Amino acid sequence: MSEAIDYRKNLHTAGAISITGVSKSFGKLKALDEVSLELEPGSVTVILGPSGSGKSTLLRTINHLERVDEGYIQIDGDYIGYQRRGDKLYELKEKAILRQRINVGYVFQNFNLFPHLTVLENLIEAPIAHRQLSRRAAIDRAGELLDVVGLRHKADAWPRHLSGGQQQRIAIARALMLNPRVMLFDEPTSALDPELVGEVLDVIKKLARSGTTLVIVTHEVGFAREVADNVVFMVDGRIVEQGSSTQVLNQPRHERTKRFLARVL
Amino acid sequence: MSNQQRLTVVPARYPARTVGAIVALFILASVIDSVAFNPRWEWGVFAKWFFDPVILSGLGQTLLLTLFGTILSLIFGGLLALARLSSSWLLSTLAFGYIWLFRSLPLIVVLIILYNFSYLYDTLSLGIPFTALSWGHFQTINVLGQFPAAVIGLTLVQSAYSAEIIRGGFLGVDHGQFEAASALGLSSTRRTFRIILPQALRAIMPTTFNEIISLAKGTSMVYVLAMPELFYTIQMIYNRTQQVIPLLMVGAAWYLIITTVLSLLQHSVERWLARSVTREPQPSRWRQWRNRSAKPVTEELSHVRSH
Repeated sequence: MSEAIDYRKNLHTAGAISITGVSKSFGKLKALDEVSLELEPGSVTVILGPSGSGKSTLLRTINHLERVDEGYIQIDGDYIGYQRRGDKLYELKEKAILRQRINVGYVFQNFNLFPHLTVLENLIEAPIAHRQLSRRAAIDRAGELLDVVGLRHKADAWPRHLSGGQQQRIAIARALMLNPRVMLFDEPTSALDPELVGEVLDVIKKLARSGTTLVIVTHEVGFAREVADNVVFMVDGRIVEQGSSTQVLNQPRHERTKRFLARVL
Repeated sequence: MSNQQRLTVVPARYPARTVGAIVALFILASVIDSVAFNPRWEWGVFAKWFFDPVILSGLGQTLLLTLFGTILSLIFGGLLALARLSSSWLLSTLAFGYIWLFRSLPLIVVLIILYNFSYLYDTLSLGIPFTALSWGHFQTINVLGQFPAAVIGLTLVQSAYSAEIIRGGFLGVDHGQFEAASALGLSSTRRTFRIILPQALRAIMPTTFNEIISLAKGTSMVYVLAMPELFYTIQMIYNRTQQVIPLLMVGAAWYLIITTVLSLLQHSVERWLARSVTREPQPSRWRQWRNRSAKPVTEELSHVRSH
C-alpha cells in the first residue's frame, strides 16, 4: 500500500502518551477518577465503555480541550497544559497551549468542518495559520491527503454538500495536515449512517498501519479487534480493564467487560 | 394502465382567493386614485422641491450621518460584543454596563448632553488623567460641532444595540466550531475573525440591516442639534412656505429610496453569505431579467471576440 507511506513524509516521530492519576469532575459528577495509562509511540488504542463512562472526556483531556482537576498528561515527556520547572507545574498561557495542540490531531464525532470554507480551504487553514507551510505547499499537501482519503475530486466542494462519511474523511485529512504525533478520534463513526461507517474506518486502518499513535473512542468492537493493539475498557470514569485487543475482547477478566461485550456483539 | 390514462387531474380552485385579490386591487386602485388626483396633495410642489439643492444637501448630511453611524457603531459594537463574551470578568462587566446605560438613555438626551458639552466642560485635553502629562488642549465648542456631536451621539447609542446583535450572532455558532478551531491550534484572533465571525454574519445581517434602516430614519432625531439633515431641512422649508404635506412627501420619498437601496444591498449580501449552503445558487433576479433573451447576443459576442 503505497499511500501508507505517502502522507507520513516529513512526519516527526510518533508520540508516546503518558496519563498519570488524572481526575476530572463536572459539578458532583466524577467523570474521570484517577485514570492512569501508558501508550507506546505508534500504538493503536481503542477505548471502549458504556456511554457516560468518561471515554470522551479522557480523550478531550489529552488535547487539553478539558482541563484536568488532578494528575497530568504527557506527550513525549511534555506536560499538556503545563510546563514543569523543578517540582512545580506552571500553567501554560493560551498561546503555548495552542502550540501544543499542533502535535495532536483531533477528529470529532460531528466532524466540525468549517461550513463557510471549501474542502481545500478547510485543509490548508491550520498549516498556513501556523506558518508551517506556504500556501502553495499547503495546497500540494492537501492534494496528497485528499488522495489518501479518496476525495481529491471534492477539493472545491462545500462541506454541506458532502455525505457524512465524506465529511468525516475530510476531517481526518484536515487533522493530518499538521503532521500530528498523536491522532485522537472521538466516536468518529457514531454520527454516520451504517453504510457510511466502513469508508471512514478504512481510512483509520490506513493510518494505523502508518505508525502514528492513535487513540480511538468507538463502539465498533469488530474494528477494535481488527486494528487495535490495546483495548481499554472504562466504566464510571475508571479503567476497569486494559490489555491487548485479543485478551480484552476474547478473554475479558472483568465481569463488567463481559456483560458489555455480550451486549455489543 | 389504460384505466390510469383516462383519469384527468382537476386543479383545486380557491374562489375566495380570487375574490380577495379583486377586493385588494380595488382598494389599491382607489387609494392610488385619491392620492394622485386629489389636488390638495400638491404634487406640483413636490416635484419642485424634490431635487432642490437645499433638499439634496440635507439628504447628503443624512447619508453621511448614516454611513458614519453605521461603520463606527459596528466597529465599536463588535468590540463591545467581544468584551462581553470575553472570559475576563472586568471586561464583560464593563461592556454589560455600557450596553445597559446606552440602551436606557434616549438618543435625544445623549445628543443634547453632547451638544451642551462645552457648557459642562470648557476644554477637552488629550493626556493621562491624574497626571500633568498632556498632548493638547482643545476648546470643547470648537471640537464638538453639530456634525461630530451627531456622529458621536448616534454611535454611542447605536453601538450598544449593535453589540447585542453581534453577540447574538456569535452565540448562534455551533460550539463544535470553537472546539475544532482550538483543536487545530488556531489563535483566538484567527478563530474569531476567520472561523466564527463569517458564520455569525448570516445571523447578524438581517437584524443589522434593520438597525441601519432605523438609523437612516433615526438620524432625523439630530434636528435637536439644529443640524440641517434631510428632515430638519424639510421642516425649515415648510415652516416658511406652509406647504407641509407635499414637503413631508418629499422627505418620505427620499427615505423610501434610501430604504429600497439598503434592502437591495441586504438581499445581495445575504445571497453571498448563503453561498456555502445553497446547492445550486439561482442567478439574482436582476441577472435573470437581463439574461431573459440574452443567449444569442452572448454567442454573437464571443464569436466576434474570437476573431
